[in-house]
Amino acid sequence: MRKLFLGALLIMASSSVFAAKNFVYCSEASPEGFYPALFTSGTTFDAAGRTIYNRLVEFKNGTTEVQPGLAESWSVSNGGKTYTFKLRKGVKFHSNKSFTPTRDFNADDVLFTFNRMWDKEHPYHRVSGGTYEYFKGMSMHSLLKSITKKGDYTVIFNLNSVEAPFVANLAMEFASIASAEYADSLMKSGNKEKIDREPIGTGPFYLVQYQKDSTIRYKAFDSYWKGRAKIDNLIFAITPNASVRLQKVKAGECHVMPFPNPSDIENIKKDKRINLLSQQGLNVGYLAYNTEKKPFDNPKVRKALNMAIDKAAIIKAVYQGAGVAAKNPIPPTIWSYNDSIVDDPYDPVAAKKMLIKEGVTDLETNIWAMPVQRPYNPNARRIGELIQQDWKKVGVDAKIVSFEWGEYLKKAKSGEHDTVQLGWTGDNGDPDNFLAVLLGCDAAKNGSNYARWCNEDFEALIQKAKKTTSIKERTKLYEQAQVIFKKEAPWFTIAHSVVFLPVRKEVTGVKISPLGTHDFYGADFK
Amino acid sequence: MFKVISKNLLLMIPTLLGIVIISFSFIRVIPGDPVIALSGERAMTPERYDELMHEFGLDLPLHEQFFSYLGDVVSGDFGKSIATRRPVVEEFFTLFPATVELSLCALFLAIVIGIPVGMVSALKKGKLVDNLLMGVSLIGYSMPIFWWGLLMIVFFSGYLGWLPVSGRISTQFFIEAKTGFLLIDSLLSGEEGAFLSTIRHLTLPGIVLSTIPLVVIARQTRSAMVEILDEDYIRTAYAKGLSKFRVVGIHALRNALIIVITVIGLQIGILLAGAILTESIFSWPGIGKWMVDSIYRRDYPAVQGGLLFISLIVMTINFIVDFTYALINPKLRK
Repeated sequence: MRKLFLGALLIMASSSVFAAKNFVYCSEASPEGFYPALFTSGTTFDAAGRTIYNRLVEFKNGTTEVQPGLAESWSVSNGGKTYTFKLRKGVKFHSNKSFTPTRDFNADDVLFTFNRMWDKEHPYHRVSGGTYEYFKGMSMHSLLKSITKKGDYTVIFNLNSVEAPFVANLAMEFASIASAEYADSLMKSGNKEKIDREPIGTGPFYLVQYQKDSTIRYKAFDSYWKGRAKIDNLIFAITPNASVRLQKVKAGECHVMPFPNPSDIENIKKDKRINLLSQQGLNVGYLAYNTEKKPFDNPKVRKALNMAIDKAAIIKAVYQGAGVAAKNPIPPTIWSYNDSIVDDPYDPVAAKKMLIKEGVTDLETNIWAMPVQRPYNPNARRIGELIQQDWKKVGVDAKIVSFEWGEYLKKAKSGEHDTVQLGWTGDNGDPDNFLAVLLGCDAAKNGSNYARWCNEDFEALIQKAKKTTSIKERTKLYEQAQVIFKKEAPWFTIAHSVVFLPVRKEVTGVKISPLGTHDFYGADFK
Repeated sequence: MFKVISKNLLLMIPTLLGIVIISFSFIRVIPGDPVIALSGERAMTPERYDELMHEFGLDLPLHEQFFSYLGDVVSGDFGKSIATRRPVVEEFFTLFPATVELSLCALFLAIVIGIPVGMVSALKKGKLVDNLLMGVSLIGYSMPIFWWGLLMIVFFSGYLGWLPVSGRISTQFFIEAKTGFLLIDSLLSGEEGAFLSTIRHLTLPGIVLSTIPLVVIARQTRSAMVEILDEDYIRTAYAKGLSKFRVVGIHALRNALIIVITVIGLQIGILLAGAILTESIFSWPGIGKWMVDSIYRRDYPAVQGGLLFISLIVMTINFIVDFTYALINPKLRK
């Protein structure tokens, strides 16, 4: 009897020792696919970019700091136009039913990855209907002059012009490195599309099964170059409804969930089973004045209108603790954020006087309110109403206008608005990704500069910063650019959202990323 | 009989053509387009926009787009989803078994509960039981599915912890999709507890989705039974000395079923429509959720293909119902 009892105890002990560590992440949607370069959604980046693949350089988990990835080191020469990457040796690729790698990662894989996106004649360029939006969006196609290899472990990127954010761009998910050997073997067997459906990467997990709209299963990759993940199985349980996601975390069916409802935050804080991680998001919500239209072409009028708005009331009423007031066009989480800038004071009396002085009386205008919810603007109509009330006090009569989202963007892009609410979430933690994309002169013509504001001094500063490799010097230039922005007031900066990540108490090693991505390599259980 | 079948089959052709025209034009009437939906706040250059519109064939005149689509459909090519770049047929039929499984479960519950409730109500017409059952059913009919679903989750999963919150099976099971029907696949897998987990996951969404059809079936059964129980032949049956069970269960119910089966057939469309909400709440990976996502993304091929498949399925089911109806009612066989 005693032996039997001991035996049973032993079996129980061994089963608990060897029980697989299953980590369940309640993701918000289905990925569009499993090769990040083909798509633009954060969901796909979480499901493929951070799990299956690596990049030459990578963002350090929980920061926007760039660190070596598949490249051990890099150097810049030729006045900032040549980047030489020394590649890491001994990095293994995953294998699957149809492919077992015969060699480690090398320069051929880097060439394959970039040439696929860049060269229209590349045999894989058209595979999976490749449009490579991010590659083109970051102007890589015009920036790259050549990519060559020198031996198996050195890759040289030659650029047409100096581009300081280049290294940060390479840390973005679109630059995830795929296997050239796998591509060759699929080409031989006539199954090229499999490269994106049955992915092979060097990342901490490999894909085991994807059931559309249901689950994605990964296993820890034993030969991962940074060391095997502490969890055995990573499971994405696709759960689009935020309330249901929360119930699943509470019930222990999931360990982590993204994007909780703002109204549930207080409830989550009280729950003893959950740790609520939070961080200021890498984003900005704003109201852009159409500076091509009168009287918004006058900076003094824009400044007066900014002063007429009670920003604190908006933050309190609309963001409910999930946002902080914005004074600059970049969030405080980005380097070069100029904290010495003082926000426009809320002073309706002075604002009215300024407007009268500029000859603006009985102004009739519009406020465009986005029809969609975003972390940086959870309720554009409500914000519109609050601004409308504030402006009424200084004699400005504003109508709130909204369209279907696609129409909204189309019309705003063609400059039909007087004032428009929009926002931006950063891609790579570089200030250029905000200042040039949202306020640069190029973007004013046909990009996402919805204020249609093109200021020579501001433009000169951001262009100079783009061509300067020293972070210290770039910081100074961007700080000055922010001073000009504040003086010229092309926007009323509303808020930066706070991002929340509910994590169950028994989980360790999960960090919240300012880039909005989710990385589970370091995850474990207490 | 052959005439009825061939007439119904022939009628399906113009109906399908109408559906192609409607689905093709409706999705294009909605403001926005797939390329704008794809770019979001990122605002691509006009050149890139034109390039992508050309790539998706959306720069052609509408009539050319339509006839090219129609030609493809006739040859069996339903196009590729703009969002995922995968064939629409493949996307639809990967998800379809989940919707069928949920809908059949809901239909099963609706029939198994709805018909007896209707019968009891009819037999106790005007009494407390009847009023109670019909009152409860009216409440069930009036409840918004979204709210009802969340309420069930909060109570049964959150508060009592009896049933899982969402999904089709516990994440601890790793079931290879052989048929796509998890009830079958979990049994085939031989994994201990997998089938039970599937049933447990199916329970709440099944109940929520069955609510409206259940009420409709119960009320229709009741009204049909009330009418039939007043008929002369029922009185004759009682006079012949038949037991109440035989009279109600065989003579009355069989005749009432003619009406009830028609109603059940009509519920298929309602189930598919209801599945859109139920699937969204319970993260059920079916076609309802997929259609909603596709509409948001202005994924023209997916929406067009999805609508066409769903219509075809509803039409086929109605056809089967007509056929069954003819089998039950000999008068219609002529």
